[in-house]
Amino acid sequence: MSIPITFIEQGQIWSFPGGIHPPERKQLSNTTPISTLPLASEFYVPLRQHSGEPGELLVSVGDPVLKGQALSAPGLNNALPVHAPTSGTIIAIEPRTIAHPSGLPDTVVVIATDGRDQAVQPQPLPLGSDRVKLIDALRQAGIAGLGGAGFPTAQKLALQRPLEYLIINGVECEPYISADDRLMREYASEILRGTEILLHISGAPKALIALEDNKPDAIDAFKRVLPKYPAMSLRVVPTKYPSGGEKQLIQLLTGRQVPSRGLPIDIGLLMHNVGTAYAVQQAIDEGLPLTQRVVTVTGENVSKPGNYWVPLGTPVAHVLEHAGFTPEKAQKVIMGGPMMGFTLGSLQVPVVKITNCLLVPSSQELAPPRDEMPCIRCGACADVCPAQLLPQQLQWLAKANDYDGLNQQNLFDCIECGACAYVCPSEIPLVHYYRKAKAEIRDIAREKAKSEVARERFEARQQRLEREKEERLERHRQAAEARQQAQQQAVAEGAPNPNDAVQAAIARAKARKAAQAAAAQATEQAAEPKDDNA
Amino acid sequence: MSFKIAASPHAHQRRTTQQVMRWVYVALIPGLLVQSYFFGFGVWLQITLALFTAWLAEAACMALRGRSVSHAWQDHTAIVTAVLLAISIPSLAPWWIIVIGTAFSIIVVKHVYGGVGQNLFNPAMAGYVLLLISFPVQMTSWPVPQQLALYSITLQDTAQLIFTGFTGAGYSLEQLRMGIDGVTMATPLDSLRTDLSQALTVSEATSKAIFASALGGVGWAWLNMAFLLGGLVLVKVRVISWHIPGGMLLGLLLPALLMSWFYPDQSVGPLLHALSGATMLGAFFIATDPVTAATSNRGRLYFGLLIGLLVFIIRTWGGYPDAVAFAVLLANMVVPVIDKYTQPIAYGHGGKL
Repeated sequence: MSIPITFIEQGQIWSFPGGIHPPERKQLSNTTPISTLPLASEFYVPLRQHSGEPGELLVSVGDPVLKGQALSAPGLNNALPVHAPTSGTIIAIEPRTIAHPSGLPDTVVVIATDGRDQAVQPQPLPLGSDRVKLIDALRQAGIAGLGGAGFPTAQKLALQRPLEYLIINGVECEPYISADDRLMREYASEILRGTEILLHISGAPKALIALEDNKPDAIDAFKRVLPKYPAMSLRVVPTKYPSGGEKQLIQLLTGRQVPSRGLPIDIGLLMHNVGTAYAVQQAIDEGLPLTQRVVTVTGENVSKPGNYWVPLGTPVAHVLEHAGFTPEKAQKVIMGGPMMGFTLGSLQVPVVKITNCLLVPSSQELAPPRDEMPCIRCGACADVCPAQLLPQQLQWLAKANDYDGLNQQNLFDCIECGACAYVCPSEIPLVHYYRKAKAEIRDIAREKAKSEVARERFEARQQRLEREKEERLERHRQAAEARQQAQQQAVAEGAPNPNDAVQAAIARAKARKAAQAAAAQATEQAAEPKDDNA
Repeated sequence: MSFKIAASPHAHQRRTTQQVMRWVYVALIPGLLVQSYFFGFGVWLQITLALFTAWLAEAACMALRGRSVSHAWQDHTAIVTAVLLAISIPSLAPWWIIVIGTAFSIIVVKHVYGGVGQNLFNPAMAGYVLLLISFPVQMTSWPVPQQLALYSITLQDTAQLIFTGFTGAGYSLEQLRMGIDGVTMATPLDSLRTDLSQALTVSEATSKAIFASALGGVGWAWLNMAFLLGGLVLVKVRVISWHIPGGMLLGLLLPALLMSWFYPDQSVGPLLHALSGATMLGAFFIATDPVTAATSNRGRLYFGLLIGLLVFIIRTWGGYPDAVAFAVLLANMVVPVIDKYTQPIAYGHGGKL
């Protein structure tokens, strides 16, 4: 497992098993520079836009807010705050549908914009600042991993473990998406500066900047700036989906594998997305919190596909409207790419920190799935699985609810990249089955943990009752003893012994009994004939 | 307006089961052409009968199981089963042979186990074995390659033979199977087996007319090469992976090579093994049935090796001249064990790259 670091230094690129080559279709959106949209009239800012708990609300309805003003604070959960994307007034704080596959509502701060886009005073920090201060600044800026998972960046940086490499992920392997591509072309020096900050905070000695070979312009942009940063080097990986998956990219660049259920930091690596590096640079050098991101708007059903700087909280409807969206019958609106994105049921959902793409395909380009046919075990799925799982076996086991079998087949090592479902000739929605099985297994584990807690509680209660009973008895015993002692003492001090009365009563009873017995015997003797003498 | 909700991935590569199956029977065409060139039109009639039976059986089963009848026929797996069985049986066998075999394959081997994807055994081969054991005479009466035959057979004769047992001129199949030397002709493997068991040497045994032009026997060598060609096409278009055919050929030819080194005149050489009987059909079209084969590539290699080895063992020491059907069924039984021990090491579980 241990790969000599010299190979990594030489720039060797390893490979990972499986993978697919779906049509890339990035040309739709990557030919024009990133542009801006007019401000929406209302913004919906969900408190939770990252993985983890939401922050604590700082504002209330009616409050005026400025662009960049924190709407929530990390609070006790150490959660990520969210910020007002523009100036205006808070008109509601209520549950609304947010960008999540479930389509379930969550708390959203609704801001009516005043159109002035006034911002709070930015507070940049010098790079020489204390590490703790820098990490706190990143948390206060609300930075979450912008590659898709939305893990709080500060939390990732707070772990202190020996590091060999910081990997900056600009692979962007999903078809259609070009947000990172455009960002790298236009902001290469900011990204590398952000990388420098990340190196400084994490303590990693070196950084690898990784891209796919289908982004020559971005590669050139980096090559122009890289000479300034001797600790960073460029790594170009062949175009294959899912090269940009964290685990796959680590395998490509270092030949190492992240241990199952482990983290990259366990093998001395840390990975951040290029968008995150940019946001870090903005937060530290410019003092700007994360209030906007690049979103690819693409698909055949928008007339102006391209990349846009979208303030977080902008309703999807607003973005699509300005991109020239003409919906067709049974239109799919996908947040994310065609492989891992999820469909939106409503366009009132806001763009959030993890929204890298809005895809509105025509039914010709991404045809709706046909009927699921039986699995013929052709094994095409196993050939493309980057995690080296056996998707067809997982599918049988998932359908049979065989959770032990699923664990044995390492279901939880599935990264849900969708390569298996992409190639399946029977069009079985494999990933869907895995997600469902994972959710059920998690539910069972949660239930088990819950009943375990309940059992412990019950046992503790039983023990407490037992203990209390014993204590009560002990108290009674002691009280009785004390009473006796007090009595004896009182008798000794001349008080009438209450025992005397009892003794007298007993003596009287005994005497009465004896008298009765004597009387009875006498009668008996009198009644009996004197047989002896007869 | 409401928008369509769907689970990711939203993109699909459009190669359906139907297309996969279509590739399989397209790749069979060279073999079929060669077969009809050497053994007459019988095979086409058998295929027609088999398809008709398979369609009826499939429709009946789907109706009984309360499924959509059109749905089952759509995936084309029954077509492949029927065609493979029709190719495997002697091309002039009476009509009820193929009907019984196909009906058994579809009804018992496939649908009783739960339909497409659920069967443990290769349907075509299970049907073949049923026929071979039940009707050994009909199932071993391969026609003589037309180039060696005393009488040539027309299309009309073929149909009459299959349906009535006699040609228009009144010849029975037995009479037609006589070679130019007036002796009933066996298949090359059968003839070799008999001769070797009678203590003849291979060079003596292969001096017979059936071996006249090619090492694998007249017709049979070309037939195997045609199936090899079709099989290589399937590997090329990635309908099958090389692991099963590669493993099977290795498992058959390596022991054959060793045997012919040590006992050159008492054993059948690797070339004859490769180019006779059902070797290539079995390696590329039968053993590769994904439903009944092992799942991982390493597992498929072992599965293929096992079939090849079993074919070699049965051909050399067993009671049947050819053994592909038995070997495939035996290997089908071992698949769960192979799968258990060849599960690939998942990412992050300590495997090498």
